[in-house]
Amino acid sequence: MKSVLAALALTTALTLPAVAVSARPVTLTTTLNAYGGDGAYLVLYVTDPQGAYAGSLWMAGGKSKYYKHLTDWFRATGGDPAQINGITGASVGAGRTLEITLDLADALFDAGYTLHIDAAVEDMRDSPNEIAVPLTREGAGTPVPGRRYIASFEYGM
Amino acid sequence: MIRALHRWPGLLALALVLVLSLSGAALSLFPAAERLAAPGGAAEMSVAELVPRIEAAIPGLEQVRRAPSGRITAFWFEDGTPGAAVIDPATGAPVASADPDPLLRWLTNLHRSLFLGDAGRLAMAAGAAALLVLAASGASLVARRAGGWRHWFAPLRGPLAARLHIEIARFSVAGLAFSALTALWMTASTFGLLPDAASEPAFPAAVSGQTGAPVAGMARLAATPVSDLRELSFPYPGDATDVFTLRTDSGTGYIDQGTGAELAWAGLSGWERVSETIYRLHTGQGAAALGLVLGLMALGVPVMAATGVLLWQAGRRGRPRLRGNQPASRAGTILLVGSEGGSTWGFAATLRAALTSAGETVHIAPMSAFDPARYTQARRILLLTATYGDGAAPASARGFLARLARAEARPGIPLAVLGFGDRSFPAYCGFARSVSEAAAAQGWPELLPPATVDRQSPQDFARWGRDLGAALGFPLELAHQPERPAAAALTLVSRRDYGTEVGAPTAILRFALPQVPLRQRLTGRGFGRFHAGDLLGILPDGAAVPRFYSLASGRRDGFIEIVVRKHPGGLCSGQLHALAPGDSLPGFLRPNPGFRTGRGTAPLILIGAGTGIGPLAGFIRGNAGRRAVHLFFGMRHPGSDFLYGGELPGWQADGRLARIVTAVSRRPGPRYVQDALRAEGLEVARLIREGARIMVCGGRDMAAGVTEALTEILAPSGLSPVALKAEGRYVEDIY
Repeated sequence: MKSVLAALALTTALTLPAVAVSARPVTLTTTLNAYGGDGAYLVLYVTDPQGAYAGSLWMAGGKSKYYKHLTDWFRATGGDPAQINGITGASVGAGRTLEITLDLADALFDAGYTLHIDAAVEDMRDSPNEIAVPLTREGAGTPVPGRRYIASFEYGM
Repeated sequence: MIRALHRWPGLLALALVLVLSLSGAALSLFPAAERLAAPGGAAEMSVAELVPRIEAAIPGLEQVRRAPSGRITAFWFEDGTPGAAVIDPATGAPVASADPDPLLRWLTNLHRSLFLGDAGRLAMAAGAAALLVLAASGASLVARRAGGWRHWFAPLRGPLAARLHIEIARFSVAGLAFSALTALWMTASTFGLLPDAASEPAFPAAVSGQTGAPVAGMARLAATPVSDLRELSFPYPGDATDVFTLRTDSGTGYIDQGTGAELAWAGLSGWERVSETIYRLHTGQGAAALGLVLGLMALGVPVMAATGVLLWQAGRRGRPRLRGNQPASRAGTILLVGSEGGSTWGFAATLRAALTSAGETVHIAPMSAFDPARYTQARRILLLTATYGDGAAPASARGFLARLARAEARPGIPLAVLGFGDRSFPAYCGFARSVSEAAAAQGWPELLPPATVDRQSPQDFARWGRDLGAALGFPLELAHQPERPAAAALTLVSRRDYGTEVGAPTAILRFALPQVPLRQRLTGRGFGRFHAGDLLGILPDGAAVPRFYSLASGRRDGFIEIVVRKHPGGLCSGQLHALAPGDSLPGFLRPNPGFRTGRGTAPLILIGAGTGIGPLAGFIRGNAGRRAVHLFFGMRHPGSDFLYGGELPGWQADGRLARIVTAVSRRPGPRYVQDALRAEGLEVARLIREGARIMVCGGRDMAAGVTEALTEILAPSGLSPVALKAEGRYVEDIY
């Protein structure tokens, strides 16, 4: 279990559209299944209604040389370390749960934004877009299964 | 200094290095196994030929990967479930599971991080650094011991632990250093300390927006042989903006899924190439044979660790604690020690105890602490020193010659040098000789002429003690017994007497094998394992110092045999000659690895006189391999002291002995064994040119005569006894 509070986790790109910047704490819970490999690298990020990269929420995995295996995120950011500056933690072992809490702008919800998770495990296949869930108030608290490594993901407000 | 650089990293990182080497050796098997198991047949194919076969066999194909071993894996996603399998390139069909091997994963994590994440990685990197320091310092120690890098593979002599340690080291040190260096490189790369980040092409700004181009028609894939492929990823189904991603040995690129055109390409950077090559060499992935070699070399590490610890302990055990040592400024006798393995310290302790009980004040110190300015009360300096390798200073005497050269000679302080060594080495007591020559040249007066102790001989040491006592004006009895093993009771089985008529009563004494404890039998210690040429120690009644006799039999013969000449007034030989069958007396074994026939088929030239025939007869008796043995034997009179005269013809008849040449000294026209050698000079020279090994056993004068004769015989062929000794082809057992 990991609990982190990041006051302003997102880049300015995400906070600017908000007219009145109001934010609320959101808990993101990612549980991995027992896929029989080493710790997984996970990156959580958000795309805007047009599908363009909007900002990163969390990077689980400390060695930047492996970030290229988080394929979609890497393509969108070019692996830019500024995108994950201060929001990086350890990789997540098989069967473990990653729980992070951060303040997300209200304007992100019900506005067409989508939360994505890319995953990668050493010597196993890369799994971009493991998770892609639209950010809605209604969807909060509903677990979503991933494709290969993630057993379930949910966000709670 | 180098020795310390070898010892401390070795002891401190012992556990880490052991884990690294054992797990590394186990890991080295996996790439080879994968290579053997990988289905072949893809070598000549292009990617554009291979991939459609897999597409046909596996719906929902997402990615195709090729490992350096040649193994091809496909990943797919169908009906919401991901799948992966090893592919037979001939059919494109799945043949085996692609799940990672849990044992491989466990070993890999142990090997690189002890399951401790980054902290573990750093610890293991420290282990690799220690291994590198050990390899470098060890290599320079081996070179110094052998007398230079050119003699890297020179034959070794000395105790088993030391020989094993060096023998393994000189074959595996290069591989171990390579593994350690590449490990450090990989650690630096993992921690992002190297500019070897992957070069990724920028994702194309625009794509055709179409889908459905057949893989078989893509030019880039048709031009890429499967042997260059690393990975081909398919676009997401239904996403027209996505592309094919191709990774090969030369770079990464994107291919349009509608037109099959190449959209972007980035080659590997130089750093990336170096890092990848290093990764493959270290892990053996794609270089399975090299991996196996490195793994085999890693297996030497546990043996070197065990023998290294044994050597270190032996060195420590031999060094006495310097309790009650007098300060240098107040001592009358300055006793300085040059010791490598620690045994010389033992002798020095005995000398100090004897001098102290005679009322002398003694300051004992390593030779490297030589400082005559502090010796204000000194009346004499005694130097006891071993020799390292080819005449170099032993560990505790390093820097002594430089200090001696800087110091002013003190006319009032005479000096005595006693060298310790092994006569079978060409540079016998070479450092002791350098010390006494340098001291004489500096003008230091001499207390005693330089003397030597051969193979820790208590007799040599006691003799020197008596000379020292005579020079000092009081009796000095030095009874030093270096680590005497527990003696066993030996019962005489038979005796054969010779030589009474010629005034040299000599007996061949045969004892029954004593009961050997199981532990000795297992470890081959004591009487559990011995060879002809090893030494039997006998402690006579009423003496503090044992006498040693060369064995004329090995363990396989099933008995213990020695040849003893009775010396007038000799305590030990007298007691041995008084034995009748059934009597027993205590004896113990001391290995003499420097005097063995060795393996191989080269002829043997055995030269001995009198009782010296003992071990030589043992070699002949044990010559089951029917090696060509030429025996030169000197006696007084064939009618009286032809030792083994009964057996030799039989051994000759069954091929154990090729030829015997005798020399008889008590008859008109006396001949000694060296005369017999000269008479057979041409034949002897021919045998030596063909690689024969020479083994000499007998008295000092005879051995000197033999060396002289061989020098003459070999001169025309450009060989010399000195060179042969250096090669280990000329060994002596002299008493």
